[in-house]
Amino acid sequence: MLQFSAKRRHPTGFELDVAFDADRQVTSFFGPSGSGKTTVLMLIAGLYRPDSGRIRLGERTLVDTEARIELAAERRRVGLVFQDHLLFPHLSVEGNLRYGLRRRKRDSRPVDFERAVEVLELGDLLGRFPRNLSGGERQRVAVGRALLAGPELLLLDEPLAGLDETLKQRILDYLERVIEQWRIPLIYVSHGVAEVQRLAQQVIVLEQGRVAAQGAPAEIFAKLKPPA
Amino acid sequence: MLTAEEWSALRLSFQVGAWAVVGSLPAALALGYVLARWSASSRWFSQAAKWLVQVAIDLPLVLPPVVTGYLLLRLLAPKGPIGSYLQAWFGVRVLFTWPAAAIAAAVVSFPLMVRSIRLAFHAVDPRLEFAARSLGAGRLNAFLTISLPLARRGVAAGCILAFARSLGEFGATMMVLGSIEGQRTIPLAIYTLVYQPGGIERSWRLVVISIVLACGALAMSEWLERRQTLREEV
Repeated sequence: MLQFSAKRRHPTGFELDVAFDADRQVTSFFGPSGSGKTTVLMLIAGLYRPDSGRIRLGERTLVDTEARIELAAERRRVGLVFQDHLLFPHLSVEGNLRYGLRRRKRDSRPVDFERAVEVLELGDLLGRFPRNLSGGERQRVAVGRALLAGPELLLLDEPLAGLDETLKQRILDYLERVIEQWRIPLIYVSHGVAEVQRLAQQVIVLEQGRVAAQGAPAEIFAKLKPPA
Repeated sequence: MLTAEEWSALRLSFQVGAWAVVGSLPAALALGYVLARWSASSRWFSQAAKWLVQVAIDLPLVLPPVVTGYLLLRLLAPKGPIGSYLQAWFGVRVLFTWPAAAIAAAVVSFPLMVRSIRLAFHAVDPRLEFAARSLGAGRLNAFLTISLPLARRGVAAGCILAFARSLGEFGATMMVLGSIEGQRTIPLAIYTLVYQPGGIERSWRLVVISIVLACGALAMSEWLERRQTLREEV
């Protein structure tokens, strides 16, 4: 349901040349830091522009450099959960959650506010501000915020980075609940083997801006050496 | 406590300063934001363009104010490019009225405003704008609901600095406003008073007011800028 093919040269000289199809519930991008995983997400979300390429989500073309089509980021209906959560510091948790909700397009997937708060257990946090939340709480709010915008595709960029083991497991539990409840396709970027094995049905391995391997988690991790 | 002439100077200075700030705020916001977010590519003309824009904006800071005033005088004169346009379309003559002083003050304090605003937006993580756009906010909406609120302290600091500079503007104001009794800003009033008999003693009140206003404005602006650059850490 996501068809991706793009080339991009970053001002620093980093070159990305990636093509893949993602049609499973959870597709994971796996690879070392600097391999281009975040760049791929930014391209799908429309926050970066490819030098050449074509990205299609379902029936919609998000970008096609040859046909000169480029859908603005705010119209792509692609949710993004950033590595640093990037919650708005001047808004409360509820304000953050409702930010995307308020800007939802008419035909996007309906995600009920109360249900999202319930599934992610955010009820007690609604009146608080991001600076008074713990790392795990911030991540849950970030997931909720992206979810409530009613995206067709949810992108998560190393959502468990910087969390301790117990917290990681808890967030993974929440993610599984979200998947079960709303069935929104996920693209999950990580360099952690355990999380990928737990969540993903398809793994794409990136190395230095290129696809090194694709397949089911079991076969991919059987072949891979441990990351350096 | 103050004479009628002193009150008139105070009122005019405040009026000129307020309008100078209000009038230049939209442009200062736009330029400050663009400069903060513009990461010039390594290509030489991109770097050159950015440098040129910065120099053009900062020029009034370094140009002698009377020179700025002279240029404005030429532009706003009834036969000048801007003056003739205003005359033809609106029937107004701006020279030697307080709006001319507001324009002069705006030009002279513009670089200070842009600088504060640029620093303010620089302190706001641009990725927050990315986050807003990924949630469905267009660029302008993201700017208004995320960037601007988070930059408000720096923007306020810029406005206060610009206001203070406007209050102190003398050279350019003198050129475009002239020195008409009853229509003098504080610096003009002090200047006129000082050379009259007993003037040095009589002008001390306005001098004290000027110093107090300047110190107060600087202190507030400095405090606000400091609070701004301590990025709201989340």
